[in-house]
Parts: sequence; structure tokens; C-alpha cells
Amino acid sequence: MDVIDAISKYLLPLFISIILIYGHMKGVDVYSTFIEGAREGLSTAIRIMPYLVAMSVAIGMFRTSGAMDILISALTPLSKLVGFPPEILPLVVMRPISGMASLGIVTELFNIYGVDSFIGRVASTAMGSSETILYTLSIYFGSIGIKDIRYTLIAGFIAEIVGFIAAVAICNFMFG
Amino acid sequence: MIIIGVFLGLLNGNVDQVVQSGMDGAVQAVELCLGFIGIYSMWLGLMEIAQRSGLIEELSKKMSGILNFLFPDVPKGHPAMGAMAMNMTANMFGLGNAATPFGIKAMEHLQELNRKKGRATDAMCMFLVINGSSVQLIPATIIAIRSSAGSSNPSEIVGTTLIATICSTVTAIISAKVLRRWM
Repeated sequence: MDVIDAISKYLLPLFISIILIYGHMKGVDVYSTFIEGAREGLSTAIRIMPYLVAMSVAIGMFRTSGAMDILISALTPLSKLVGFPPEILPLVVMRPISGMASLGIVTELFNIYGVDSFIGRVASTAMGSSETILYTLSIYFGSIGIKDIRYTLIAGFIAEIVGFIAAVAICNFMFG
Repeated sequence: MIIIGVFLGLLNGNVDQVVQSGMDGAVQAVELCLGFIGIYSMWLGLMEIAQRSGLIEELSKKMSGILNFLFPDVPKGHPAMGAMAMNMTANMFGLGNAATPFGIKAMEHLQELNRKKGRATDAMCMFLVINGSSVQLIPATIIAIRSSAGSSNPSEIVGTTLIATICSTVTAIISAKVLRRWM
């Protein structure tokens, strides 16, 4: 625990220092090079803004409308059939859409079932081993104006589901 | 999603709340972007230094085995490889804020190689599918939340998370390699 704590605490400063020291050693004018690179920050952030707005509006409306609950109750019988804990389903549905909201769900599961319960551990594992696919896709593709995203969404969902099933199986094996 | 939201809102009689959360979402997105300007500027500045000092080249040389396997259509030594190497490294160490500007940079370089500008290339798809499957080694956020929720051993999920991550990333790579033939 202490080791992991230390790593996550010192990693960022270490990462930044390495870049700066290495650059300086190689004779790069660190300050003016930084300024030159940083100039692009504004245009990059502005370029992804419309996509971010579109996603946030859609996600906000989708969540408030109760569509999530309908989706979850539709999935519940299937999840019971394959032995997947239905308590985790809200996380399955929310995870690819919104990072903040899925963290909220994890915290709620902790409150209801306990952090060190089976559900708590599965939720932690699943949360840590997945990403906000929809957000990633819309920002990255949006930033360069790609409209035809081909199979990325499907492949992303497949990977997410496999990750969640793996999380349940591994927690069963390790803590069950 | 918006249509579904409005439809269900009408059905449940809470369409005003649905629209309100849409508006809230828009405001939050812009606020988020304002913050991104600073973060992206910082990381793109650092990236420029790493680029000129040859650090990125070193990194992509070290990762060249994986990179060439994943992105066979990207020429060796292309700047896209360097940016993707930076993005993946940042992701692995859980530096999500740094990973995004590196990733967008990588997408720009990949777009230079794209012949049909509106359509994603195989390399782009592979890159994003991996990005979407999480390659993080230590889930620092979750550990912090577990610890504040009073877990007796917050970091016990590191091992399980790593195995689950490997499962999902391998699945992502296989799905991308298979699906590209048809889609």
C-alpha cells in the first residue's frame, strides 16, 4: 500500500522532471520550446469543445429521462441467467458514457454493500479496468473531423463487457 | 440519445428536467474545456521539449515492437508513433490529463497519412480501441476512493484490476484486428 501510494504521489513530478532535465541536457532551450508547444493548447481545447458539449447534453438528457433504468431492467434477467451480479449493471451501462457518473455509482455501491464486500471489490476492479469509451471516441475523432468511425464503438463495447465479466470471474477466484 | 431522452421525458412528464440537464451538461462541458486549455497547454509544451530532446524518439524505439505490431500501416519513425507512444505511456501510469493532448496530437499525425479524410484508418481505430480499454497499471483514483470509503485494504484490487485490464485490452486488440475486415 505504501509503495503504491508513493508511486502515485511521485510519478507526476518525476515524469515532468525527466522531460525537463533530459531536454536541458540535450541542449534544448526548455523555456521557449515549452512556449511554442503550449501555444497549441488553446486551439486543441477549443476544437474539441463542440464535441464535448454535444456529448454532455446528450448524456445529461439521457440520464435524467430514466432511459438508464429501462435499460438496466431489460438487462437484469440476462445478467441473472449468466451469473453476473445484477447490482453491477448500472455501472456496466454508465461506465462507457460518463466517468464522473460511474464513479458516483461505485461510491453508491460502496455505501450499500460495503467497500470490502464482493460487490464492492467487483465494482472497484471493473471501474479501474475500463474507460469512458464514448467520451474518448467523440473527442479524438472529433478533433480531426472523422465522421465514419467504423467498428470502434462495437469493439470498445465488446472489450468493456469482457473486462466486466473478467472482473467478476477474477474477484470470485481471488476473494470468493 | 437526445431523442430518447425527450421521448421518455414526455412519457414520464419530466421533460422540463430532461431539457434542464441537457443545458447543465452544455455549461459543464464548456467549463471543462476552459480547464483543458491550461492543462493541454502545459502538456503540449512539455511534449514539445520531449520531442526536440529526442526523448519521444527513444520511447518509441523502446516500444517499437508493440507499435509496429499494432500499427503496421504507419511508417516506422513517423511522428504519429512518437505521439502514440507518449499517449500510451501516460495512460499506463494513469496520467489521463497528459494522455489526451498526446492522443489528439497522435490523431492529427495519423490524419496526415489518411487518404479518405472523413473515414477512420485502421491505425486510428486500433489506437482508439486500445485507449478505450484502459491500459492503466495502477488504478490510483479507485484506490483513493476505496481508502476514503474506509476499506481495510484499499489496494487489494490492484492485482484483479490488472488482470481484468489485460483481458479487456487483449479483447479490444483482437476485436479491432478481426472487425477491420468487414467494417
